[in-house]
Amino acid sequence: MARVAVDVVLKAEILDPQGQAILGALARLGISGVSDVRQGKHFQLEVDGSVDDEQLAKIADTLLANPVIEDFTIRR
Amino acid sequence: MPVRVGVVTFPGSLDDRDAARAVRIAGAEAVGLWHADPSLHGVDAVILPGGFSYGDYLRCGAIARFSPVMESVVAAARDGLPVLGICNGFQVLCESHLLPGALIRNRVRRFVCREQRLRIDDVTSVWTSAYRLGQEITIPIKNGEGAFVADAATLDRLEGEGRVVARYVDGNPNGSYRDIAGIRNAAGNVVGLMPHPEHAVDGLVGSGTEGLGFFSGILATPPAETAA
Repeated sequence: MARVAVDVVLKAEILDPQGQAILGALARLGISGVSDVRQGKHFQLEVDGSVDDEQLAKIADTLLANPVIEDFTIRR
Repeated sequence: MPVRVGVVTFPGSLDDRDAARAVRIAGAEAVGLWHADPSLHGVDAVILPGGFSYGDYLRCGAIARFSPVMESVVAAARDGLPVLGICNGFQVLCESHLLPGALIRNRVRRFVCREQRLRIDDVTSVWTSAYRLGQEITIPIKNGEGAFVADAATLDRLEGEGRVVARYVDGNPNGSYRDIAGIRNAAGNVVGLMPHPEHAVDGLVGSGTEGLGFFSGILATPPAETAA
């Protein structure tokens, strides 16, 4: 078994209201110097040797991320 | 024989009962469809109702896309079956790639629940055929993730092909690109709409009756003629 990490974030051109809300909270925390926040999702998959890169890409592209609005990265 | 309109219930659907009632008020027969049952029971059209299918886990509509009933709905829609997705149903249609684009969290960062003015911009779809082109109606809207987004080329194509069926007027409630409230597929049998016409079909209990046209259009257009 191996652990594979998939990170999903909204595309740069898609507005992220949650990130904007976090950015606002940071200011109220008294922290300056953070100019932008983008919120995403992190998935950890336990996979056996039968799951190849092509299948991982299918998992990320068809289920974990919506490619219309999101980008993903896969790390073995 | 009355037109039979299926209304799907997913775990977490909220508006399936109201959608079925709207179908009956319009004069059709409502047929309950179940997410785990792949059979469409011979219905003439399908409505995917509002709510929070599968708890909105992962993304709104993302899990519903893979439900047994949706496999049948997608296949039938591609063969011309009229399908209307309202709110969460619109999200399911986008996730299922029956409609382009996606629906993301409201720009205003709040759940919006109010009456909303719309302009009907396309009356060639089976679901909007009961309206006049340019007719303005007021029906409820209630969503947290109702901002319609797509890339510029897709938006240009939707507008160029007349596939924006309804637009927000008197204020954009959620940040939808180009004030888009609803779109249709190229054939016109599949429509997604973020506001809720099923809550505006009964003058006694609802917000007027201007939503009824979305359910009566199906009666005027025999389903067989809608297949493209």
